[in-house]
Amino acid sequence: MNNTAEAPQQLEAISPISGAKVVFPTDAEVGELIDDPETGDELEIVSLNPPQLAPAPEEEEDWGE
Amino acid sequence: MSSPRVGVLCSLVRPEEKLLFQAFREQGVLFDRIDERTLLLNAYGNTRRQYDVVLERSVSHSRGYYAVRYLQGIGTRVVNTFQTIECCGDKALTTMALSEAGVPIPRSTVAFTPESALQAIEEIGYPVVMKPVVGSWGRLLSKINDRDAAEAVLEHKKVLGNYQHSIFYIQEFVQTNCSDIRAFVIGNECIAAIRRTSQHWVTNTARGGVASNFPVSAELNDICIRAARAVQGDVVAIDLFETQDGYLVNEVNSTMEFRNSIHTTGVNIPGRMVDYVRSILNEEDQTLQHAVGV
Repeated sequence: MNNTAEAPQQLEAISPISGAKVVFPTDAEVGELIDDPETGDELEIVSLNPPQLAPAPEEEEDWGE
Repeated sequence: MSSPRVGVLCSLVRPEEKLLFQAFREQGVLFDRIDERTLLLNAYGNTRRQYDVVLERSVSHSRGYYAVRYLQGIGTRVVNTFQTIECCGDKALTTMALSEAGVPIPRSTVAFTPESALQAIEEIGYPVVMKPVVGSWGRLLSKINDRDAAEAVLEHKKVLGNYQHSIFYIQEFVQTNCSDIRAFVIGNECIAAIRRTSQHWVTNTARGGVASNFPVSAELNDICIRAARAVQGDVVAIDLFETQDGYLVNEVNSTMEFRNSIHTTGVNIPGRMVDYVRSILNEEDQTLQHAVGV
């Protein structure tokens, strides 16, 4: 169970894949996926405070509708 | 400050979940996110429910399925229910439920061996579509145009697939000029629909299908409500083929994706979903008031 708080503005974190600086969208949510600006890999926003990223989990066979 | 009465079950946040969070906030409904990756479904002890209503939005069918079953077991009202998720998550079960309810569907057969599957294919007639019973986003669909292709696909599925790929789900190929209808049902109403058109016979917008608005007629509303009831769905997306003889229901989705349909239809789909959750909360309040004699 986690928070429902709105994201602060202009958060950024370092990509764990490329080391590049990644700017979060202003309405970022924990669990949202964003692209690494250098490699294009998907990253998951795992925290807003402090802003943190992790490699996105790999898509599994039962995902989606 | 009171605790949220609403939970949203999800891990990864797609555009749909983001829009739903915004809609909850706009309507002043407090909610908690329940990340199924952190859940322990303890099947012992006296677990009290924490939320009156949980909206299931897990990207993973399997995780959502078990988590919802657990939540219902401790008395939580979940949208959609375990029964709906179970039925919609398996194309064979969906087909049986629709057929038993008298909802028009394409000719469909389930077979358990390559030999009986080939027999079923030839009875239906080429071309046919073969689908995994559990699968999503249009993956691993096969359009089989002749016997050579049928034998090859069946052998590959038998040898390379897991046991589920030996549950052979076979459906007639419905000629629709690479388009189908996606309709959104909330409660007792089909609130919006789109036509999906593609260069490919697989029309999912996740696979490049293009959406346009499709006005909801009385006929479309009627068949969609019947399909939703057949799977006991609260909030479901229904895929249909439009034929000269009327609509055929192809699939029913219990964790619907709608990112491409809000602007296209002009209908605030996430807002309507939150309205529905609020209506359930109101029903709970009225039931409680009745029980205590208020």
